[in-house]
Amino acid sequence: MSTPLEALINRPYEYGFVTDIESDVVPKGLSEDVIRLISKKKNEPEWLLEFRLSAYRQWLTMAEPAWANVSHPKIDFQNISYYSAPKPKKKLASLDEVDPELLRTFEKLGVPVHEQKMLANVAVDVIFDSVSVTTTFKEKLAKEGVIFCSFSEAVQHHPELVKKYLGTVVPSTDNFYAALNSAVFTDGSFCYIPKNTVCPMELSTYFRINTEESGQFERTLIIAEESSYVSYLEGCTAPRFDTNQLHAAVVELVALDNAEIKYSTVQNWYAGDENGVGGIYNFVTKRGLCKGANSKISWTQVETGSAITWKYPGCVLLGDNSIGEFYSVALTNHHQQADTGTKMIHVGRNTRSRIVSKGISAGYSNNSYRGLVKIGAKAEGARNYSQCDSMLIGAACGANTFPYIEVLNSTAKVEHEASTSRIGEDQMFYFASRGIGSEEAVSMIINGFCKEVFNHLPMEFAVEATKLLGLKLEGSVG
Amino acid sequence: MISSNSRVILEVRDLCASIGGIEILKGVNLTVRSGEVHAIMGPNGSGKSTFSKVLAGHPGYTVTRGEVIYNGKNLLDLPAEERAREGVFLAFQYPIEIPGVSNSSFLRLAYNTMQAHRGGEELDPLEFDDFIREKCKLVEMDPGFLDRSVNEGFSGGEKKRNEILQMAVLEPKLSILDETDSGLDIDALRIVAGGVNKLMTPDNAVIMVTHYQRLLNYITPDFVHVMRSGRILKTGGRELALELEARGYDWVRAEAAA
Repeated sequence: MSTPLEALINRPYEYGFVTDIESDVVPKGLSEDVIRLISKKKNEPEWLLEFRLSAYRQWLTMAEPAWANVSHPKIDFQNISYYSAPKPKKKLASLDEVDPELLRTFEKLGVPVHEQKMLANVAVDVIFDSVSVTTTFKEKLAKEGVIFCSFSEAVQHHPELVKKYLGTVVPSTDNFYAALNSAVFTDGSFCYIPKNTVCPMELSTYFRINTEESGQFERTLIIAEESSYVSYLEGCTAPRFDTNQLHAAVVELVALDNAEIKYSTVQNWYAGDENGVGGIYNFVTKRGLCKGANSKISWTQVETGSAITWKYPGCVLLGDNSIGEFYSVALTNHHQQADTGTKMIHVGRNTRSRIVSKGISAGYSNNSYRGLVKIGAKAEGARNYSQCDSMLIGAACGANTFPYIEVLNSTAKVEHEASTSRIGEDQMFYFASRGIGSEEAVSMIINGFCKEVFNHLPMEFAVEATKLLGLKLEGSVG
Repeated sequence: MISSNSRVILEVRDLCASIGGIEILKGVNLTVRSGEVHAIMGPNGSGKSTFSKVLAGHPGYTVTRGEVIYNGKNLLDLPAEERAREGVFLAFQYPIEIPGVSNSSFLRLAYNTMQAHRGGEELDPLEFDDFIREKCKLVEMDPGFLDRSVNEGFSGGEKKRNEILQMAVLEPKLSILDETDSGLDIDALRIVAGGVNKLMTPDNAVIMVTHYQRLLNYITPDFVHVMRSGRILKTGGRELALELEARGYDWVRAEAAA
């Protein structure tokens, strides 16, 4: 039976096209030779190759995590290409020399790569498969001492910073996918905000997977020096393929004394079709280290895409009085699976964390919140507040909450609240009887449900996110 | 309030409807003219609430026979939201809570949808604020309620008042009040009924579904219908409600069977 509510969730994925562009693809398979080849292609220093090889050797001894509430066929890691780059005609000096086909791709995706056409005040690093295509506003940022470039460029031009911080927040042995990423990562964004600097614009990275048989393994590193501030946003899309692509990223944030990093994600990887065929496996490790006193790291994520999402952006609250925040909307539809949440590790005194998670499940999807709040023995006066709300649309989906709380200090205060609600026929009828159609009704209910999270997104992206959720849910309520 | 030039707003003929294969309405007939107030009374399970929902277009019910002509249109052809836009309003017995959606943005969306349909002017949030504050006075509602989530944490009486506020905003042609009096104390009943009375015009009509005649002390019906087992068994004037209050419902069935 196709009720208006059902008819509403099923709008096609808008970004499912493939760009026809000649790519330099490394043959499938993973070995030390492949890693050496990637490292050579990127002209990397010896220490970085060693970092990769040591991670690879660790990875060989590790097993895939089996505890997440998701299921998928075993991934054949030898059947993935670990490097794919659009072939440059020659070395690029400016955006004018970027392949016009690539520029058209990003135009179609609504990503502003021409500075003059940009959203006011947002600098963008654009990543296509394994490499960064362009970064906008570099000069303007450089005037303030802000470094914003692709990870590969940072390795070439700021090796001392990369070497100092790489792997300090997410060690290469952290988990199976972090180890894999550390071995084969290809590109990503690098941001460095100097002391006493408020980054003058929003920094943003747009990730695009284009090649069917390649994985994307990006690496992002953001460092905020003492008393600095930066707001960073990432967006992601991928073409529609019948096969699954692996996306295993690592993001590391470091905030020193009195620094603040605000990291927002709008994730819209291809989710597979309505029967669960195809889609991205999004297995990501993101962590922020509040290293300095009074530092603050805030994660805001809107997760709507991917066949499977497995990510727990967390904060290690090392500095006294440091603050970690996590605001999340995870929406799953059809056969999508999401196991996502956060980890808040309180080490320093008077550290505070706040978790607001909103899960929306529709279709046959399964949506789990998994979160860890850990209060260390020395975290005097630590406080945590968690709120996990689930909303079900239709009768065939599932929602779960797995909160883990470990407290080793008796002065800590930890609060956890959870709720579950359902959009049903009666709620839709109430709107209808006031003349409001099902599309607007669902959008209003969902936006009401997610308001607390959307309020934490930068303004332009809050509008985007609102629209995106509306699109994803078209036709699902019934 | 019946004037000489009153016209038929609603014509229900032999309406049968079921839910989950169980027939609830078994041939309802009813004619409502502009300016009229109809009360539908009857014991629990007689089909009163089902009748209200079927008129408003609840998708859970299947109409198996009969027709409903509303302002010359076949109402049963229209989905619920179009019925609402055409001026059919249902005040819910149990209004739904909508967390996170402010009452004012909900009301404004509903109002602007209606205005777009009628070809009227839509209001921006500031203009709407002036408009809605006037309407609040009608049901003696504190404008503070506008900033709260729709019906969330409202008391029973506040929810019912909020329904009548919506009625005031949407200015329907045909209002169906489904047990609007249930759960109200005397003061709230007086306020809610006062609101409805102020909204009555020679051009619109009200159908009130109620168990008790006490609501009819505040809103005077032109007709009282007794519903039982999915049919209207008896129709009378104001005095019928008093008789029901005194004698109960059983005699109506006995009389109808005779």
